[in-house]
Amino acid sequence: MRPDSEAALAAMIRDAREQLAIIGGGTGLWPGEGLGQRLDTTGLAGVSLYEPEALTLVVQAGTPLHELRALLAAEGQMLGFEPPDAPGATIGGVVGANASGPRRVQAGAARDSLIGVRLVDGHGEIVKNGGRVMKNVTGYDLVKLMAGSRGRLGVLTQLSLRTFPVPPVRQTLALTALDAPGAVAALTAALTRPFDVSGAAWLPGQGALIRLEGLEGSVGIRAAALRRRLAEFGEIVEAADEVWTRLRPAPGEGDLWRIVCRPGEAAGILSGLPAPLMMDWGGALIHLRLPRDELPVLPRFSGHARRIAGAATMVLPAPDPVARRLESGLRQRFDPRGIFTGVD
Amino acid sequence: MMQMPQPDASVLDRREAIVAALRQAGAGMVIDDAAETRAYECDALSAYRCPPLAVVLPGSTDEVARLMAVCHRLGVPVVPRGAGTSLAGGSMPTADAVVIGLARMNAVLEIAPGDRLIRVQAGRTNLSVSAAVDGQGFFYAPDPSSQLACAIGGNIGMNSGGAHCLKYGVTTNNLLGVTMVLMDGSIVELGGPMGEAPGLDLLGVVCGSEGQLGIVTEATLRILPKPSGARPVLIGFDSSETAGACVAAIIRAGVLPVAIEFMDRPCIRATEAHAHPGYPDCEALLIVEVEGTDPEIDEQLALIREIALSFAPVEFRESRSEDESRRIWLGRKSAFGAMGQMGDYICLDGTIPVSALPAVLRRIGELSREYGLAVANVFHAGDGNMHPLIIYDANAEGDLDRAEALGADILRLCVEVGGCLTGEHGVGIEKRDLMSDQYAPADLEAQMRVKDVFDPRWLLNAAKVFPLSVSASRREARPDPASHAA
Repeated sequence: MRPDSEAALAAMIRDAREQLAIIGGGTGLWPGEGLGQRLDTTGLAGVSLYEPEALTLVVQAGTPLHELRALLAAEGQMLGFEPPDAPGATIGGVVGANASGPRRVQAGAARDSLIGVRLVDGHGEIVKNGGRVMKNVTGYDLVKLMAGSRGRLGVLTQLSLRTFPVPPVRQTLALTALDAPGAVAALTAALTRPFDVSGAAWLPGQGALIRLEGLEGSVGIRAAALRRRLAEFGEIVEAADEVWTRLRPAPGEGDLWRIVCRPGEAAGILSGLPAPLMMDWGGALIHLRLPRDELPVLPRFSGHARRIAGAATMVLPAPDPVARRLESGLRQRFDPRGIFTGVD
Repeated sequence: MMQMPQPDASVLDRREAIVAALRQAGAGMVIDDAAETRAYECDALSAYRCPPLAVVLPGSTDEVARLMAVCHRLGVPVVPRGAGTSLAGGSMPTADAVVIGLARMNAVLEIAPGDRLIRVQAGRTNLSVSAAVDGQGFFYAPDPSSQLACAIGGNIGMNSGGAHCLKYGVTTNNLLGVTMVLMDGSIVELGGPMGEAPGLDLLGVVCGSEGQLGIVTEATLRILPKPSGARPVLIGFDSSETAGACVAAIIRAGVLPVAIEFMDRPCIRATEAHAHPGYPDCEALLIVEVEGTDPEIDEQLALIREIALSFAPVEFRESRSEDESRRIWLGRKSAFGAMGQMGDYICLDGTIPVSALPAVLRRIGELSREYGLAVANVFHAGDGNMHPLIIYDANAEGDLDRAEALGADILRLCVEVGGCLTGEHGVGIEKRDLMSDQYAPADLEAQMRVKDVFDPRWLLNAAKVFPLSVSASRREARPDPASHAA
């Protein structure tokens, strides 16, 4: 199924007699997702409105991400949350997965840039929420609920997004000698002073990476201050911009785990595990690979770990039972026939 | 005039039994004396008042849970209350409701500077959150103008904003997690590190749900390192159009100031008469503030000056001292007080696309003349969040009705041009009946389905947000007769 309009999509859902998997580019599916008849959203494409002077973009959900990047770049703008650059990705898929890159520490996640949605729910009803203005508290915020809902509540058809100006100057500092636990301390030192850091990550072989952006004079001033503050952590070199596109685990053998934690918990978590593939968001995001079906040994911590590739997806520790009850209630209300597949 | 539903007679009849059950639930403070419940009869939308059945001021999450379970069992409506500063009537009681107030729950539970977060009880005031982390070099970014008094729980209910949202976002962008009590008394933890939970973004839909989904008792908030300094400039223009174009050009140039505030001539004149900030007498005035170290501020202001001068302003005033900065902000910060001197006022809160600014200001001027009521405009120009102030006389027969009708017309105008009814104050009772102007029935139905899941019997703050006629079938379905026995 590849509807070419919102109305056609609504009719298809009303008439659906079998389960549907809502798929944009299909670049970020977890194991167990994508079951059922494929509902391809790439027929819903195009930009409805772009006002650079208001930092506002309204776009159809199936629009390829690379087309949006080009459109925004031509006006000196970008998506602030820096979605990963997977070939074939659609903006609807990016938002549905709340896929957010290194700049999340400064500009927030996809859900923070999303200011309006249109969707078709499991009843086949067209629903809109939010709008095209960045301050809007009119009624419930279903915009946030839809971001990251991974096709379980409805099919996103149109999105309004806040855009950001591309900063004129970028500089990346690298502390090459640091391992992952050591990097967390350096990244924390950078993030707890007003350096306005726009990326704070760790990669094997690269060490701790810290990005500064802004006007030329300002970046120079902050870089100098940051070098002084981080001197105690070892040698500091300048790294190429390109390194920020590599913060995405490459496909491989075994199971891929994604851990979200407080940075202060990262060292304790890492101590019981093999070296991670990468760390981002100042140590709040860890990706690591384990042999198939082996579960990570985790201390008590305030976040969660999810298996996102390899064996079936699962979450550790088990989510709050009341939250689970609310989630299944929402799925039941938005999709009473249970036609949208997906995993919790 | 806003209507409220008829109170449930079967609840009023059981008042004594209900109060006794609340006392038995272990709450230290139950207020049912008619003279004392009066203190809770309204919030900052003080034109509307109704004393509640009783007020309870619990001291812990467990106590809130026990109280909610009692109210749920007895079919008694509940109205949550933070500090009662809502401008939209968000915490206005009904006669059959128990107000659960968070005033006693104001403790700091944890400060984790390395993780850039603070955990507080939800009754703590907004400004005292920043105060708690100030010594460690941090602040909490959302800064509603009521920040001295308003509670974090209320900020979460209304997804409050402030003057600095352009750079730092609103409450939802700075909220990492909550502990919340549902109407049935169950306790749930939402959010997590980076605000992220493993499943659906329930935290995202709770923030801004106006106390209709649960009572937030604890909150984990993102804190940010305090900037080295901040400095405003004042730019005067001979037309609102030019001021609007200048705002667009600043944003377009890629400078993102922390605040861009706008005042029109009626507002400039009123504040000048009231607080004497020394503003130029002009058609429109912008205050643009940037942050950083001194040389960083100089760099940004040089760029803003270059842009502003290309629009031939009548004045471009840079601050050269703390005192000059204070004087630039003085008029803006005293604007509401100045309006209060002119008469009673209604403060609106619609948001418009920035590109629609000149047309909307022109139309507001026309409406003001048609209704014969003065309107002054002061607002956050960078994000299009307007605060037109309608001046009226509460003692003049029919004046409030006319002011409300003018307000409704202005908010419909905001929706027509692609904006919304409320940018940071919330719907409450004030804008409830305009919701159908912004949302189609299916849009409202989708929102009400969320409430059906969190509060199936519609006991929690139920007469707010949705037009009464739209929510009637759900509200009137309760109370469930089977659970009526006290």
